[in-house]
Amino acid sequence: MSLARTAADTRLVFGRCLRQTLRSKVAVVFGALQPLLYLVLFGPLLSRLVDVRGFGAGSAWQVFVPGVLIQLALFGAGFVGFGLIAELRSGVVERLRVTPVSRTALLLGRVLRDTLIVAVQAVMLVAVGLALGLRAPAAGVAVGLLFVVSLAAAVASLSYVLAMRTRSEDAFAPLLSAVTLPLLLLSGILLPMSLAPGWLDAVSRCTPFRYVVDAARAAFLGDYATAALAEGALVAAVLLVVSVWLGARRFRAENA
Amino acid sequence: MIEARGLARTFTGKHGRVEAVRGVDLSVAPGEIVGFLGPNGAGKTTTLRMLTTLLAPTAGTATVAGRDLRADPGGVRRRIGYVAQGGGTDPSVPAGEELDLQARLYGVDGRAQRIAELCARLELEGLWDRPCGALSGGQRRRLDIALGLVHRPPLLFLDEPTTGLDPQSRGNLWEHIRSMRAGDGTTVFLTTHYLDEADALCDRLLIIDRGRIVAAGTPAELKRRVAGDVVTLQLADPSGAARAREALSRHRSVRKAVAAGGAVRLTVEDGERQLMSLVRTLDAAGVELASLNLARPSLDDVFLTVTGRSLRDAA
Ligand SMILES: Nc1ncnc2c1ncn2[C@@H]1O[C@H](COP(=O)(O)OP(=O)(O)O)[C@@H](O)[C@H]1O
Ligand SMILES: [Mg+2]
Repeated sequence: MSLARTAADTRLVFGRCLRQTLRSKVAVVFGALQPLLYLVLFGPLLSRLVDVRGFGAGSAWQVFVPGVLIQLALFGAGFVGFGLIAELRSGVVERLRVTPVSRTALLLGRVLRDTLIVAVQAVMLVAVGLALGLRAPAAGVAVGLLFVVSLAAAVASLSYVLAMRTRSEDAFAPLLSAVTLPLLLLSGILLPMSLAPGWLDAVSRCTPFRYVVDAARAAFLGDYATAALAEGALVAAVLLVVSVWLGARRFRAENA
Repeated sequence: MIEARGLARTFTGKHGRVEAVRGVDLSVAPGEIVGFLGPNGAGKTTTLRMLTTLLAPTAGTATVAGRDLRADPGGVRRRIGYVAQGGGTDPSVPAGEELDLQARLYGVDGRAQRIAELCARLELEGLWDRPCGALSGGQRRRLDIALGLVHRPPLLFLDEPTTGLDPQSRGNLWEHIRSMRAGDGTTVFLTTHYLDEADALCDRLLIIDRGRIVAAGTPAELKRRVAGDVVTLQLADPSGAARAREALSRHRSVRKAVAAGGAVRLTVEDGERQLMSLVRTLDAAGVELASLNLARPSLDDVFLTVTGRSLRDAA
């Protein structure tokens, strides 16, 4: 399967998936609703705590907004498996797999759509953040968004792997929340893990999202030449490669 | 068009091992409409999914549309169309979009023209913007078939094409399938658990039960081979029954003759052709005939004979 073929097929699958999403505009808005609520209803509380130890330099918004963005990536992209399960059931996946379409494109087209949606939602959240009082360097925000986007792509791929394995909403939903909720809490999305007691901090360091959250925060603060940013970039890159590889392998498998 | 040897598939899952298909040999010639007839769970879908590259066989080999199934699955995919048992459209996607995407994925030249031609042939005009979920059962089935045909495959697989359709839509779909073969010479391999469909539509049948092919032939051959026709002769005078039975049982086509009441019931090879001769035999014996009835064995009789069960019960 040539690269050109994979690229062309990816574009076709991406187009189909995007049209599907745009057909239900409600879903796009609702997907961003939860992070938005955190931002609007919880953020102002935090901004009163600027001086609390552990927040470090910068305003609370610079710490909180990156956390909410990572939450968006985790949840927004985590749920995409539901859509795939519906398509497995309706027979669409099987129909496409009988065509000569590149198997990898069946994954990549979807993941690109999911990533784009999360990116748009993330920009919306940043705009709301700015309106609420966020001040951060433009370059830092851009780097932070890059983290969000790569995390979304990784999480979406993993969500598809899980959906393919379970093949039913009943099995997928509990598994999904069993995985995402601890990861969310352990990543220090709401409050930085630097506030955590030693044991919690240690557990948190065993989860990948922790590093990505810290890196996104460093970027928002303009601390580019830090270990946090380098570690976060490395973890995000490895996570992305491994997840997409797992996803592609799953879509190529005979029983997918 | 299809050559399969020893095709087998075993599923291993939570509930143990299921030998869904246990060594199927089959040959399909170009231009044939071949039916795979068997009850639910016989292994029809599993066989079709293997032949269409969706499922790797645990054993066996096959050449499909001139390409080796294992060595060149991509080549097979380009040359076949497949319509799954439950279809393959997204309820929220407009019919036209599905057709357009399918044509693009196959890289069809003259896409718009090909789609227009298919829509005209399969009575799908005017449904371009209609979401697939809002189509009638028959329309959706025809759309599924259009999707399978968009790249002009020489071989089309249809898994239970008329299940769930009303009688009128079924008849209509049979017409479309026949005209596909007549127009483009498309080879059709379909599965069904309907006896009337197997009988009316297929040139040749493979009867599958519990993962094995238990009989094969044209519908007429199968029926002839297994059962013979039943001829019932009602006599004008019941007292002549014994004499009539005696005379008829010596006729060369009669396998079995039973006198019951005022009638003689015969099992006859090729009954239709023998009717005149049977009547003459009766005449020569001086027995007067009141009425005559010829009953063909059904495919169900065939299934009953080879499996010991009725297809209606098994399904
Ligand atoms: N993916 C699967 N996993 C486990 N068992 C399966 C699977 N697909 C089919 N089977 C089993 O294989 C047998 C044949 O099924 P199938 O080929 O669908 O029959 P048919 O199409 O003739 O009704 C059935 O017993 C079915 O339960
Ligand atoms: Mg079936």
